[in-house]
Amino acid sequence: MQISNYKVTAGPEGFIAPSAADMGVILPNKGQALVEGSITSENEGMDKAIEKLISAKNPVFFPGPLVLWNWKDGVEEKAKAVIELSKTIGAKIIPMPDYRPKYPMINPEVEINPNHPNLTIWHNKIDVCVFVGVHCHYANVALKIIRGGTDCYTISLCADAGHEDSMVSIRDINTEKINTLTEIARQMKARGK
Amino acid sequence: MSVRNITPVKEFEDILPKEYKDLVNKGPFNNKKSVDDLGTFKEIIEEHPHCAGCGVSLGIRLALASLPSPEDSLVVGTPGCSFFALSQSAVNYSNTAFGNQNAVATGLKRMLQIRYPDKHKDVIVMVGDGGIADIGLDLTLHSWFRKEKITTIMLDNEVYGNTGGQESGMSMKGRVLNMAPTGKKFDKIPVFDMAEVSGCVYGARVTVANPKKVGQVVRNAILIAREIGPTYVQIFTPCPTNMKFPPDQTIKIAKEAQKDQYSYKEFMTDEVAEYLKNI
Repeated sequence: MQISNYKVTAGPEGFIAPSAADMGVILPNKGQALVEGSITSENEGMDKAIEKLISAKNPVFFPGPLVLWNWKDGVEEKAKAVIELSKTIGAKIIPMPDYRPKYPMINPEVEINPNHPNLTIWHNKIDVCVFVGVHCHYANVALKIIRGGTDCYTISLCADAGHEDSMVSIRDINTEKINTLTEIARQMKARGK
Repeated sequence: MSVRNITPVKEFEDILPKEYKDLVNKGPFNNKKSVDDLGTFKEIIEEHPHCAGCGVSLGIRLALASLPSPEDSLVVGTPGCSFFALSQSAVNYSNTAFGNQNAVATGLKRMLQIRYPDKHKDVIVMVGDGGIADIGLDLTLHSWFRKEKITTIMLDNEVYGNTGGQESGMSMKGRVLNMAPTGKKFDKIPVFDMAEVSGCVYGARVTVANPKKVGQVVRNAILIAREIGPTYVQIFTPCPTNMKFPPDQTIKIAKEAQKDQYSYKEFMTDEVAEYLKNI
């Protein structure tokens, strides 16, 4: 059920950007995705994410603690799938190892922090980014800051219910779905899209 | 909560920033460290915005270096100066509404016991004097009455430091502070003595001028809390900004306090004394 026509597009939305949820954007159900605030099928969402990534000048993956650290069985396979996807696209990887506020500031060249994600995006001139393995509450904060202060197109690969504040959000992401994304990327590249 | 949380996926090892690589390879998680080893390993405490010469940051540094199992430890804090370094340190950290730390720690400890019945998970409250002696006194005492197996560490700078220098219950009588211009009118609250009568099985009162002692009592307090009952450590952490002394005099001020209100004190039950003989 779509309840809003609000478009979640790349910013800068402004210093105090409204949260997409506040503007009536709702999360997708299982089997669905979110594209710029509208609910679509998961396949459409995946196609859009890959299309944006392979047409980007500087696409970057931001893997969070849930895939960076080997905290439970199965993480290693997921991490390998993320690396394979980023290689297929030709994207860089900048890690988000944890969520601690950094003092005096982060080194934006080598890491991203959810408290100031805009610094990393500005410094590296990132035009499309992917959040994967970031706990939802910090992803929500970071995605909102990015939309508020940068023109970066955000894609979230979420293991739970997705994120309204990213431009494309795929929910229930797992190793299999990441491999599907890789396959879509290969096919699109082969078609020269 | 385990050492796996600080074990990177092999494929991502190379892209980790340097401080994380150091934490994995030279930190206290895989090779146990103590206060004696300070300067030789990557510490849990990170760069922080405390004032120069801050006694609280030194107290935190010593306490964190003394954790028997940092990977299985959960530090619970509350607003105040201590928050600044603790929220930036590489240990599981939970902040709470001001003064609620011992109630939150109780819940976390009970939950961890259910989730990990076969493992020790240390829950350590580390907050300032305002959090324990003033705003959180009731919840702190009640956690001791209930014999919750948590360690409570007070970083006592005898003032509300980060809000401009209001007197706290732990300020010395007569102390003139920015927001107490005529001096404090009543005595320092005897929280250390209250800990003993309220059910703590072990307590120690130390200053940052004696790092080895701080390391030893913090370690003991955590190990005892695992097995026997609530423990309490009170560390004097002088505040140069509000007590108006030069930042390089912190240790000197702490040493002077050792001759006065902060002489070394320790109490323990017979059961604890027996336990300490065997560790």
